[in-house]
Amino acid sequence: MTSASSVPPTFDRRPVNVIVATDCGSTTTKAILIEKIGDEYRQTYRGEAPTTVEAPFEDVTRGVLNAIAEIEELSQRKILDGERIITPCRDAKTGVDIYISTSSAGGGLQMMVTGVVQNMTGESAQRAALGAGAIVIDVLASNDGRLPHEKIERIRSMRPDMILMSGGTDGGAVTHVVEMADYIAAAEPRPRFGLTYKLPLIYAGNKDAQTQVRKILGEKTALEVTDNIRPVLEKENLAPARNKIHDLFLEHVMQQAPGYKKLIEMTGAPIMPTPAAVGLIMETIAKREHLNLIGVDIGGATTDVFSVFEGVFNRTVSANLGMSYSISNVLAEAGLANIMRWVPFTIDEQTLRNRIKNKMIRPTTIPQTLDELQIEHAIAREALRLALIHHKSLATSLKGVQQERTISDVFEQQTSGRTLIDMRKLDLIVGSGGILSHAPRRIQSMLMMIDAYEPLGFTMLSVDSIFMMPHLGVLSTINEKAATDVFVRDCMIYLGTCVAPIGQGKDGEPCAEYQIVFDDGRTVKDRLLFGDLKPYSLEAGSKAKVTVHPVKSVDAGAGPGASMTRDVQGGVVGLLFDGRGRPFQLPAEPSARVAALNKWYRAVDLYPKG
Amino acid sequence: MAHSYTPGLAVADRTVIKRRRLLPLPGTLLVKIGDRVRSHQTVARAELPGKVYPVNLANQLSIAPDEIKEYLVKKEGDTVAKDEILAENKPLIKWFKTEIRSPVAGTIESLSEVTGQVLLREPPRVLNLLAYIDGTIVETIPRQGVLVEATCSLVQGIFGIGGEVWGELQVAVASPDEPLGPGHLKPDMKGKIVVGGSFLPAETMARAKELGIAGLVVGGIHDKDLRALLGYDLGVAITGSEQVGFTLILTEGFGTIPMASKTFRLLSAHNGQKASISGSTQIRAGVIRPEIIIPRSAVTTDAPAEGERTGIRLGDAVRIIRDPLFGKIGEVSALPSDLARIPTESDVRVLEVTFADGARAVIPRTNIEVIEG
Repeated sequence: MTSASSVPPTFDRRPVNVIVATDCGSTTTKAILIEKIGDEYRQTYRGEAPTTVEAPFEDVTRGVLNAIAEIEELSQRKILDGERIITPCRDAKTGVDIYISTSSAGGGLQMMVTGVVQNMTGESAQRAALGAGAIVIDVLASNDGRLPHEKIERIRSMRPDMILMSGGTDGGAVTHVVEMADYIAAAEPRPRFGLTYKLPLIYAGNKDAQTQVRKILGEKTALEVTDNIRPVLEKENLAPARNKIHDLFLEHVMQQAPGYKKLIEMTGAPIMPTPAAVGLIMETIAKREHLNLIGVDIGGATTDVFSVFEGVFNRTVSANLGMSYSISNVLAEAGLANIMRWVPFTIDEQTLRNRIKNKMIRPTTIPQTLDELQIEHAIAREALRLALIHHKSLATSLKGVQQERTISDVFEQQTSGRTLIDMRKLDLIVGSGGILSHAPRRIQSMLMMIDAYEPLGFTMLSVDSIFMMPHLGVLSTINEKAATDVFVRDCMIYLGTCVAPIGQGKDGEPCAEYQIVFDDGRTVKDRLLFGDLKPYSLEAGSKAKVTVHPVKSVDAGAGPGASMTRDVQGGVVGLLFDGRGRPFQLPAEPSARVAALNKWYRAVDLYPKG
Repeated sequence: MAHSYTPGLAVADRTVIKRRRLLPLPGTLLVKIGDRVRSHQTVARAELPGKVYPVNLANQLSIAPDEIKEYLVKKEGDTVAKDEILAENKPLIKWFKTEIRSPVAGTIESLSEVTGQVLLREPPRVLNLLAYIDGTIVETIPRQGVLVEATCSLVQGIFGIGGEVWGELQVAVASPDEPLGPGHLKPDMKGKIVVGGSFLPAETMARAKELGIAGLVVGGIHDKDLRALLGYDLGVAITGSEQVGFTLILTEGFGTIPMASKTFRLLSAHNGQKASISGSTQIRAGVIRPEIIIPRSAVTTDAPAEGERTGIRLGDAVRIIRDPLFGKIGEVSALPSDLARIPTESDVRVLEVTFADGARAVIPRTNIEVIEG
């Protein structure tokens, strides 16, 4: 949960007027061109190409060159000389001053965990890995019934990104743990690609075996030793191992890809892992505006969530949730019913399952028909929802810090610290990533985030215009002015404000009365009924004063039944009054559910009429 | 803007491939560089030391530990069969005789006059590393394994489950759009690799298991049948170690999708020949796809090394890999450079595909794959 280490870049101080930046995602490589026009920097052209981690290329730089070639064609600027990026600029139409990049091309995190007893330390290790957002591809245990060579073969063939070793209570027998370390050493685990780094291995078992494990695995792996996840039989201590997994993933695994070494040689500044770069941007927004913020970057293999509450920054990477490589895992985690609930038409289970699996095996494809788009939007809602739950579970106050408890806490005591995410205090949600940035209509991004996060009271929403936050994050480390200029003018698109009273009621029952006073003095007075979704146009840069008078059982932010007045900001969508209930209410009966979805989608003109 | 495209899977009539074969433990190589090997041939062998079983003779015979040698029937280093007498006492009355029998077959590794224990070790387990494909050894890695090279026909699948198997290739359907029904499977297909057409229903999977069919190669299956077969929902595409009774390779995807005619023609042309297949799939950076390898004679010199493609071109054969035309095959007939608006309202790079019947369709470039080979 700590920020990834970003080494201060060293670069020469020539004027930087033309910048090409790429983000090598797991599925798509996105390139943008930034040029200094007059006194300010602007993002001018954009290109993208599939990330080339598959045969026959198996070289991430091929996708980079393809994406830059697209910019060349659009901008008529010569940037490539064969497989080389021309730096610095030679003239007004040749070369760029610097090439920078972020990377998350390595995709999700697939781990193997080991324990001594399968349903004790093995399960604890599995829980630690799942809690860190990994996909556990196997649990090896001394008593799992497999012979040593079968375990060794399994480690080799599965090619895990990381191994978590646990086993034994502190002070207990060390034999089985050492035996497992021997098997791992015999397997000579290697990273999936390249030899630029050793396979990360975390040891979180019996502390008495640490010396022997170091001796056996210290040379062969990038060994990290942390506290035992099962120090005594009846106590589970997952946080240290979980945090270690998270940090190592960001620092060592995520950005790696076939051809990564070549990419390092091409760039003019150190490559940043995508979540580290996006985290920088999110943190900057929150600090500059003094806001409580939740940010999300939903990618193909991972979904990264960022939050800043009361100045405390947190970042989590759910390396098991995404819209291409990990799409089937969203189905496995969320369950079919949870995905189906957002689809505004009836579709049989078999067809939906086949479509999701086809996206998993062909991750670079895009929806071509409206129903395919609606299915992807349904899956995105669940990926966003699950990633926020994951974030909430990890963004907690420090464990062990004494917390004042009231009598009500007795019923929901949290064992590992209280989450810092307070949706009532949330000011702004920022969305990024392909499915949000490239949604054909901005309202689609807004509603996806509202449905997934269920913001309470008054919440502003914004989206990364064409997905360039990673690029700007790495740019901010070398040229803050360029990053800020582009961020303000070309990147951040304010969608508008969501007003969602807290409470539930039957469809058609009164929820609240409200009044909107626009900048020009125009006033709108209306009623919000449960089941309503009401949009109002309020342009970006405009403000309005909104007063909500909720019914007795409903809370608009000032307490049940209390009126609340707030200045709200507009955006490309505007104001959205959400009377669908908090918690969100969706009819259980399929035809009623489809009817409700269609009513809401029509109310906000979500999709073209088909 | 010819760069945004998805490279297709290999469907090559003749190519040269290399496969690395490694032992899980250090062992002995049984072949040398230049040797011709067959898929089922052992190329290296390792021995996994047998398990150790302690037997406390002193306790069981109620004697002092330093007396055990006097009661032993066998001595250190001797082999023993299961239930063979290890030690016995010699009482005056036969009725009081105690015999200690070996709980396992193995050898007597050691005995201790301090603890009164005998350590028995089971025979080593021999691990044979097989060649997997018919080919030639081109590299040896001392004590670890070999590199096998083969001239072959190669078909890559899109997804598979199960490990390496080999057997005679048997095309069981008449056309690539014919589903592989249970009736297509016959008892004489035991141990063979059966090629179907567009779809493999659950009943055929059950029949294949019953008949002992080694491998199935088909266009598509339903995800729900895969879930039933595996017993769980596959979250990410990392497979290869499943044990469902056969190895399964999909050439097209999930649903009923006719096998690409080029793939079907190639497999049909080798009907009756031996093939090695692996269902191992890893769809993530550093992709592994399932494969069907049909050995060919290496006499001709036209086995091409895989050439690097620089982009998509007019006339290229392509397969559409996303609904609504998923699985259809055609030729690229136009490559407009401008963005085009598709029914989702997205503006994307597209191309035009012309199908065999003359019909045309505009498809996002990311939704096609070039048919390689």
